[in-house]
Amino acid sequence: MSEHVDTSRRRFIGGTAGAAAGMSIAPGVFLNQVAQAKPADQPVTSENRWGMLIDTNKCGDGCDACVRGCMEENGWGDINDSEPHSAPEQKAQWIRIVELRDTRTGYAHQLPLMCQHCKHPPCVDVCPTGASMKRADGIVLVDKHICIGCRYCMMACPYKARSFIHEDLQDQLVVAPRGKGTVESCTLCVHRVDRDGADAVPACAEACAAEGHDAFVFGDLNDPNSEISRQLALHGGTEIRADLGLDLGVRYRGI
Amino acid sequence: MTRLFKPLQSLVLAVGMAFLAIPLLAGAEVPRPDIPQANARYSEAQGCVEPTEEMRKNHMEYILHQRDETMRQGVRTKQYSLEECINCHVPKPESGKIVRSDSKEHFCSSCHSYAAVKIDCFSCHRDTPMPDAEPGMHRLGGGKGHHFTETETELTADVLRAATEEGLQ
Ligand code: SF4
Ligand code: SF4
Repeated sequence: MSEHVDTSRRRFIGGTAGAAAGMSIAPGVFLNQVAQAKPADQPVTSENRWGMLIDTNKCGDGCDACVRGCMEENGWGDINDSEPHSAPEQKAQWIRIVELRDTRTGYAHQLPLMCQHCKHPPCVDVCPTGASMKRADGIVLVDKHICIGCRYCMMACPYKARSFIHEDLQDQLVVAPRGKGTVESCTLCVHRVDRDGADAVPACAEACAAEGHDAFVFGDLNDPNSEISRQLALHGGTEIRADLGLDLGVRYRGI
Repeated sequence: MTRLFKPLQSLVLAVGMAFLAIPLLAGAEVPRPDIPQANARYSEAQGCVEPTEEMRKNHMEYILHQRDETMRQGVRTKQYSLEECINCHVPKPESGKIVRSDSKEHFCSSCHSYAAVKIDCFSCHRDTPMPDAEPGMHRLGGGKGHHFTETETELTADVLRAATEEGLQ
């Protein structure tokens, strides 16, 4: 019987509920907050704020599993290599590996960089149509239905996180519609988040874990009991260009 | 000359009348678009997710409404999702034969080319089902038909029940 049923969520809920109840003053309150995917017909709310913590110390040297994982999940790069007239630097890049080198000591390491899902996103501020938008749960997306391709948002983004599509595409993946004349960027695997809630694992994180590096933690920054919040509370985390005060959803450790 | 002209003249006349007569003979018949059959029916009584007449007239309203809710609020019900339209109305890409949105064999284009209304959906959206898509099923929802809007929890309960029943047999 049980081989037909995926019990991972069940176990997760059970485990979290136990832990939460143990820590809470009012167990009932915590039980309501137990991580659970929202029903498909309910809108997302600001109760959650999805984020990611990336430990660059765990990042394998020269490894680009997260980039490949993202390509495969969302159908860009080699997976949908249909921009034959575009130079490599013009092509879509939802997530990239950035190498850091200390010029004095020569110490080098790398980090994956994607949309940081800013709480105060400059890309949203500058968009003339409202296409660049932040959902209530903090995920920043481009509504390509109303994007006019002006690329203001690409200029405004301090993290070079966005790409413009120059040519007609075909055979996009159903989870990631994308096309000519519009801008796109990391969606935090929003289709997985909508399906799995706090149990979601974005494709980059999944690929990283499959390589045995486990550098990513995805979770709810609003939930003090989530793995990501606990790790941040314990060890802290760095925002890239924290001076800009954008309150990023993606945090790093080891940089 | 007149001898030769006369039959010619009457031939022209006859041909002209024949052309005139075609619409008359055909009565009210207007050439219809050749709309491909869907893979599944909503119910015994009803073909599509709303009555066919309603869908023919107003499908864009349903899709537009769903579009904004999904895009902005993460609402991912299946009844009016474009993915479901495609899964049900467009054949899976078989080896050698892919029915794309620029072909009149594509469900959407069969009618849109007839009505001369350009659609923009497929510059971003995939115009064929995913290779692993189940006709009439939704990828996000798991093993159930595309017309349900139950919550995940209820779905899990359903699957569990089915699995239990299977186990008991
Ligand atoms: S990282 Fe760039 S694209 Fe992402 S929310 Fe911030 S400004 Fe927008
Ligand atoms: S390119 Fe699109 S999303 Fe970016 S600012 Fe212009 S309209 Fe907005």
